[in-house]
Amino acid sequence: MKYVDEFRDGELAKNIVSNIAREVDPKSVYRLMEFCGGHTHAISRYGLVDLLPANVRMIHGPGCPVCVLPVGRIDQAIRLAREQGVILCTYADTLRVPASNNLSLMRARAQGSDVRMVYSTQDVLKIAREHPDREVVFLAIGFETTTPPTAVAVKQAAFEDLKNFSILCDHVLTPAAMHAILKVSGGVALDGFVGPAHVSTIIGSKPYEPFAEDYGKPVVIAGFEPLDVMQAILMLIRQINAGRAVVENEFIRAVTREGNLKAQELVAEVFELRDTFEWRGLGSVPDSALKLRSKFAPFDAELKFNVEYVAVPDNKACECATILRGQKRPQECKIFGTVCTPENPVGSCMVSSEGACAAHYGYGRFREVA
Amino acid sequence: MTVKPDYARPLDIKQGRVDMSHGSGGRAMAQLITELFAGAFDNEYLSQGNDGALLPQATGRLVMATDSHVVSPLFFAGGDIGSLSVHGTINDVAMMGARPLYLSASFILEEGFLLSDLKRIVESMAQASRVAGVPIVTGDTKVVERGKGDGVFITTTGIGVLRDDLRLSGDQAMPGDKILLSGTLGDHGMAILSQREGLSFSAPIVSDSTALHGLVAAMLDSGAKLRVLRDPTRGGLATALNEIAKQSGVGMMLHESAIAVNPPVEAACEFLGLDPLYVANEGKLVAICAPEDAQRLLAVMRAHPLAVAASIIGEVLEDAQGFVQLTTRMGGRRVVDWLAGEQLPRIC
Repeated sequence: MKYVDEFRDGELAKNIVSNIAREVDPKSVYRLMEFCGGHTHAISRYGLVDLLPANVRMIHGPGCPVCVLPVGRIDQAIRLAREQGVILCTYADTLRVPASNNLSLMRARAQGSDVRMVYSTQDVLKIAREHPDREVVFLAIGFETTTPPTAVAVKQAAFEDLKNFSILCDHVLTPAAMHAILKVSGGVALDGFVGPAHVSTIIGSKPYEPFAEDYGKPVVIAGFEPLDVMQAILMLIRQINAGRAVVENEFIRAVTREGNLKAQELVAEVFELRDTFEWRGLGSVPDSALKLRSKFAPFDAELKFNVEYVAVPDNKACECATILRGQKRPQECKIFGTVCTPENPVGSCMVSSEGACAAHYGYGRFREVA
Repeated sequence: MTVKPDYARPLDIKQGRVDMSHGSGGRAMAQLITELFAGAFDNEYLSQGNDGALLPQATGRLVMATDSHVVSPLFFAGGDIGSLSVHGTINDVAMMGARPLYLSASFILEEGFLLSDLKRIVESMAQASRVAGVPIVTGDTKVVERGKGDGVFITTTGIGVLRDDLRLSGDQAMPGDKILLSGTLGDHGMAILSQREGLSFSAPIVSDSTALHGLVAAMLDSGAKLRVLRDPTRGGLATALNEIAKQSGVGMMLHESAIAVNPPVEAACEFLGLDPLYVANEGKLVAICAPEDAQRLLAVMRAHPLAVAASIIGEVLEDAQGFVQLTTRMGGRRVVDWLAGEQLPRIC
């Protein structure tokens, strides 16, 4: 597969591996956070940990869209589907996220609610056009990558005067979450970030500059293929060894400093910052999420329906919060792999293959036995 | 007035649709069976015309397998629900090491289903059964009200005979054994999914649906010490191997570089965020055999038209945890786990 296989080439990987092995300082420990779930998945799926020296440690970050949604947000969507009889549409893994009362969107569907999985926001518009007599709500989740398609759908709905379409907006922002990680009380010991891939194609590399300049943490933006990740790790090691902290871009085939200006304009036209938003693991983070501008208020499900957000504490035994902050590893959670498994997830990190727990359970748990 | 004896207007295959009378047990049902099914499946056992088929004495132990088919879309590149329902059950019998002899077919039709589509499906089944040399000797038809079925569901059951000296079973894998795969992964599942999602690729993805009993016979004739045969259908290779590992109480180590995937299938999987190891196949088998016989078995497989791309993909290990692991092309290691829930696409 052209343009993909090249980035999964085992021979090229060997070169990077030997460079890393040669350049790491055996007396140092390199604690690198991959922010994105896409990177977590690549690291686990390709077994990259096996290729790294023991003193290069990867810490999984919170960049998994379904992982950071607090229970209350899923509850809100379930209430819409069950109590208001809407057609509730959302992306794949969101259906499986555990919510209150032992429910999930998937279980709500099994109990009779009309919950549908969609591949794109265009599917939602189509459903709305086909069911003019029903209210159709899109549970819009994700970081900056999934926000522009939602903006397109809202604008299209406004243009078509689609009165039965609205969104429950849970779009969140990457730089705000990275700030929150660095400000975590008790601290997260980390020496650098593998920066987001797809998110950075939209926002560019510029928004990461404060992490290098103000916090002294090197950032290397990397693609989601295994060679991208390995190369970024090597680049981070070189910065750390040289005592430098700058934003570097490994993913030059897709990311520029300014990012996708057209997408940014579109998002700015449709959305504005929420004052604050509750994240799983990070708590309430100011200016970390988006809501629809008043101009598009008719499409805001939170205004259209009576579904107030009610914060719900996580399951007490679940360590998702500390894992999302990078303070604990999945295997350090007491219920990992026993009570909490991909079949019966207790916490959201066990749901998506991008979640730290699901990735470790699905790909890496042989290491716990060895 | 003269009434013509036994006169009935022939089925309107072109325009007609299944209605409730086709399942009522009356004349309409008899006509459907005679004109559509009996003609297509014609064989001496079916034409006995009784509630069951009387079959000759068989030699050897009997193997029986059944499979229901509910695929959507009903027609796809490389096959349809009819041929699939024949291949699926023949393969289940063949994976026991048995020679499939007879099939039964049971149809659940939805009111309103086009007779022209039904005819296409039945003819495809008849063709698949003829090519495989396994006749459909008995059957049943029921009709459900509109909205209570998805066009047509087909359940087939197969009977075969097994040599006395053979014992293939999921609990027979032993540490040191080799794992062989007969060809590329994911062709069937991605043919269905790409059609369902309206994805088109420069080269179309064609289902691998086919009957594997000929290949199995050649493999058995080779004299190689076979321990397990499985067709990695729903859930894919990963699921099939995890089942075997659990049954046998062993682990496995696979090598990613030895597992072949057709480029369009790989591209479609990449596009939808799916892993070919978990995608369904309908014309592939995985074999576990004694290490000393692996090369000989591989040669026999590669000489058969249905397994030209066969390869040795890994080994059976001693492992109390029963992990199926994979060495990646990158040189790392990972677990190939059971599928959790449905295989859903990733978000971003």
